[in-house]
Amino acid sequence: MIVSLTLILLCQLLGEVIARGSGWPVPGPVLGMLILLVVLSLRDRIRKAVPEFGRALDSTGKGLLAHLSLLFIPASVGVVQRFDVLAAHGVGLVVALVVSTFITLVVTVVTFVVVSRLSGSSMDANDEVRAGERP
Amino acid sequence: MSDQAFSLWVYLSQTPLLWLVVTLGAYVIADRMSQAFGRHPLCNPVLVSVVAVALVLWVTGTSYPVYFEGAKFVHFLLGPATVALAIPLYENRRVVLRAIVPMVAALIVGSVTAIVSAVVAAQFFDMPKSVLISLAPKSVTAPVGMGITETLGGDPALTAILIMLTGVIGSVMVTPLMNALHMKDWRARGFAVGLASHGIGTARAFQVHSLAGTFAGIAMGLNALVTALLLPIVLKWLIG
Repeated sequence: MIVSLTLILLCQLLGEVIARGSGWPVPGPVLGMLILLVVLSLRDRIRKAVPEFGRALDSTGKGLLAHLSLLFIPASVGVVQRFDVLAAHGVGLVVALVVSTFITLVVTVVTFVVVSRLSGSSMDANDEVRAGERP
Repeated sequence: MSDQAFSLWVYLSQTPLLWLVVTLGAYVIADRMSQAFGRHPLCNPVLVSVVAVALVLWVTGTSYPVYFEGAKFVHFLLGPATVALAIPLYENRRVVLRAIVPMVAALIVGSVTAIVSAVVAAQFFDMPKSVLISLAPKSVTAPVGMGITETLGGDPALTAILIMLTGVIGSVMVTPLMNALHMKDWRARGFAVGLASHGIGTARAFQVHSLAGTFAGIAMGLNALVTALLLPIVLKWLIG
C-alpha cells in the first residue's frame, strides 16, 4: 500500500512540476493522471521486478475513489465564509446553476449518444459484461 | 461549563485532530444515512455533511480557517484521488478507446455549454462582473476551478461553493433526468454527469454503475483541461 501511495503521489508531483514549470494552465493532478496511465500501461514489465506492484495499486486507488465524496467536504464548508454574497445574489446564482446544469447534462448526453450512433461506436453487450465484472 | 471542561475545549478546538474527526464523523453518518435511504439523490452525502459541519462551526463559534487546519488533511487527498482516476480508466481502456469520437464531441460541446449557459442565465439577475467570473468555471473540479477564477480576478472561495452546489444539483438531477430521457447508454450518462458536475457527479455515477463512474471520471479530467484553456476566451466574448 505504501509503495502504491508513493507512486500515486509521485505521479502528482511530476504533474505539478510539469504544470508549474511550463506555465501551462493545466492542473498538476490531471497531468499526474495521464502519467499514471502511462505507468499502468508499462505495468506488466514493472511487475517482473516488483511482483506485488499491480495488485496493491488497484486496491489503494480504488480505496481513494470509493470515498471521493468525503474529499469535497473541507472546501465546501467554505460556504460559511460567503453568506453575504449568497444573501445578495443567492437566488440568481441558484437559478443559474440549476438551469445551466440541466442544459449541460441534456446537451452533453444527447451529443454523446447521437455522435456515438453516427460514428458506429454504440455500446454493445460486451461492454455491459466487462463493466459488470468489476466490483 | 466548568473551568476544566472549558480549557479542554480551548485546547481541542485549536488542534487539527478535532476538526479532522468532525469531518470524518459527519461523512460517516451522512454516508450511512444515504445508504439507509437507498442512495436517494436528495440525501447526498456531501450536502448532508457540509450542512452538519457548518452547524457545528456555527454553534461552537469556530472560524473556517481554524476548521480548515484540521480538514486540510482530507482536502489534500483530492490530488491523489484525481491521479487515481487513471486506474478505472486503464481497466476500461477498450471501451473508452472505442468511444473516443463521441467523447471528444460531447466534451467540446458540453464544456462550452456549461460556461455559456451559466453566465447567460446569471446575467438576467444583474450581478457584478466578479461574481460572473466566479460562476463561470462551476462545472470544473474544485482545485482547477478555483485556480481559473483566481487568474481572472474572481473570488476563489465563492467559486468553491458554486462548484459544490453544481455537484450536488447535478447528482440530484442526473438519474431522474436520464431515465426521463430514456438514456440507457451508461457511458453517455456518466460522461454527462462528470462533465456537468465534476467529482461529486463522478462519485454519484460510481454509486449507480461502475462504467458510468469511469466515464464520469474521464469527463471530469478532460473538462478540467478544456475549460482551463477555453474559459478565458469564452468569458471575454461573453462579458468583455
